[in-house]
Amino acid sequence: MITLSGATRDFVVGEQTVHALNNVDLEVEAGEYIAIVGPSGSGKSTLLNAIGLLDRLSKGTYRLENHDVTGLSDDELARIRREKIGFVFQFFHLIPRLKASANIELPLTLAGVDPAERAARVTAVLEDYGLADRGHHRPDQLSGGQRQRVAIARATVTRPKLLLADEPTGNLDRTSGKDVVHILERLNDDGITLLMVTHDPELANRAQRKIRMVDGAIESDKAVVSL
Amino acid sequence: MRIVDVLGYAYGGVIGYRLRSLLMLFAMAVGVASVVMLTGLGEGARRYVTGEFASLGTHLLIVLPGRNETTGGAPPLLGETPRDLTLDDALALGRSAAIRRIAPVTVGSAPVSFKQRDREVITIGTTAEFLHVRRLKILSGRFLPQTDPRRAAPVCVLGGKLKRELFGNRAAVGRWVRVGDRRFRVIGVLASEGRAIGVDLEDMVVVPVASAQALFDTPSLFRILVEARSQSLIPRAKQHILTIIRARHEGEDDVTVITQDAVIGTFNKIFTALTMTVGGIAAISLAVAGILIMNVMLVAVSQRTAEIGVIKALGATRRTILTLFMTEAGVMAAAGAAIGLAMGYAASAVTAQIYPVLSITAPIWAAVSALLLAVVLGLVFGVLPARRAAALDPIAALARR
Ligand SMILES: Nc1ncnc2c1ncn2[C@@H]1O[C@H](COP(=O)(O)OP(=O)(O)OP(=O)(O)O)[C@@H](O)[C@H]1O
Ligand SMILES: [Mg+2]
Repeated sequence: MITLSGATRDFVVGEQTVHALNNVDLEVEAGEYIAIVGPSGSGKSTLLNAIGLLDRLSKGTYRLENHDVTGLSDDELARIRREKIGFVFQFFHLIPRLKASANIELPLTLAGVDPAERAARVTAVLEDYGLADRGHHRPDQLSGGQRQRVAIARATVTRPKLLLADEPTGNLDRTSGKDVVHILERLNDDGITLLMVTHDPELANRAQRKIRMVDGAIESDKAVVSL
Repeated sequence: MRIVDVLGYAYGGVIGYRLRSLLMLFAMAVGVASVVMLTGLGEGARRYVTGEFASLGTHLLIVLPGRNETTGGAPPLLGETPRDLTLDDALALGRSAAIRRIAPVTVGSAPVSFKQRDREVITIGTTAEFLHVRRLKILSGRFLPQTDPRRAAPVCVLGGKLKRELFGNRAAVGRWVRVGDRRFRVIGVLASEGRAIGVDLEDMVVVPVASAQALFDTPSLFRILVEARSQSLIPRAKQHILTIIRARHEGEDDVTVITQDAVIGTFNKIFTALTMTVGGIAAISLAVAGILIMNVMLVAVSQRTAEIGVIKALGATRRTILTLFMTEAGVMAAAGAAIGLAMGYAASAVTAQIYPVLSITAPIWAAVSALLLAVVLGLVFGVLPARRAAALDPIAALARR
């Protein structure tokens, strides 16, 4: 599904060039569940952003579902994000003035889906994630765990094939973190390809495959042996 | 994205940040309201003045002694003092078939007294025709008799105010008053006019033209009022007047003929220009409101970077974001303008209650252009902030919490 070859992302800061990604080769099959770990500043977010087409590579090529997406225009990248990719962030990034249901509906609205269809899908995901009675609440009226569930609902309401989560539990207590991970895993069971950055070794060990990054490069990439 | 959804999103933005939205609405509303009110005022003044002139009588031409070069030619040569207009000049105009009535006018100031009461007022010397040409009404008695204009009859007609001041509530008709050093019998009193431009007809005395000429010891006329037979005959009447006078003045074009139409037309132009000017000045406040919108939208963009980052991550194109933010500015400008229109018309209505003479309603063109200008300004000043929003780097936008 994902093929990165020689992927490099450089940032020029003053006179210095930082190699946030340094010549990374990576192959991901559809339906995989991958945890990305590594010390702070090792390039995990940069890798995820590049895969999510929020960022462009400085060097190397990126093929998504057998299409070369390296040189596509901004608008084409936006369309692919809209259709194929879901994002979940550490800080939820819900829009504060919109109700939970409106937040979830947003990607469908942006894609121009018709209102009846939108309403049906939003109701369905609210139900799925145990938020049926929270649809009318604004984000500041929700707990952290609920907010992250709303964010996941928003990321998946368009039924993307690829779900990218950057420290989705980083801002949650243990219990709500678990809930969130369970939801992500259930989505993976239903066939979504899941890439999750985490600092929590216990969570990382739940994945099928664990990639460890150091200094912008992949240090190790191995299957997790389940006990 | 659907248009309804774009509007809904923009509306959400307006509602979601109440204070700044209220400020912007207010600024826009004040701008539009001032356009509506000021143009309304200008328009009211225009109507008032042209109405006043129309009330002086239609198809009216005024003959003045002396050439009045409006084109700004060389000053008249020495010794070329214009010939006076005389009563015979006025009577000669009767030859023209385009002319219905002629009223020669002499004006002077003289003390008018009855018993102990004494007033210094304007004395007008004219003929019976004056009543019709100036559309005056008689309150009691009658106007000057239809006799030979060259006869200096000792009769007079008093203006309403003068009558009240000299006689109070007692009847004036039939009494003798002194004008200057002569005695005149009062034969009528003029009704109040309500409106008048120029001479205050309330406060004057009217005597036969020959009497006035004798009183002031002058053979010349102040002017001649001429009424054409119809609107379409005005140009011909003017032509005839010029020809007749030229023939009588040894080939010299030494009179000026002003037509009522030309006067009204000139005032119309002046007041339309005035209306446009005050409208333009008010429009500046609209531009200020536009700049305020830009400012506030710029702040909105920096406050909402995370939101912009999110909708980008969710697949919004640059264009979509541009549209969303410009629509928000446009919606706000339009709403402000609508409120301003309502405010402006309400204020005009209130003013009209207080000063009914100036019936002030903004012309539709002014209201429509204020509305359009407001929306255009909203969009134009919305471009820069919207572009900034569209150009935001989603990663940077999302990195901030
Ligand atoms: N916009 C940027 N400009 C300059 N340098 C950047 C930029 N974004 C990232 N970097 C640098 O690239 C490197 C990798 O950053 P990245 O955010 O991918 O790390 P990370 O592994 O996600 O760290 P963390 O676990 O703290 O989130 C860091 O050294 C960082 O300073
Ligand atoms: Mg990171």
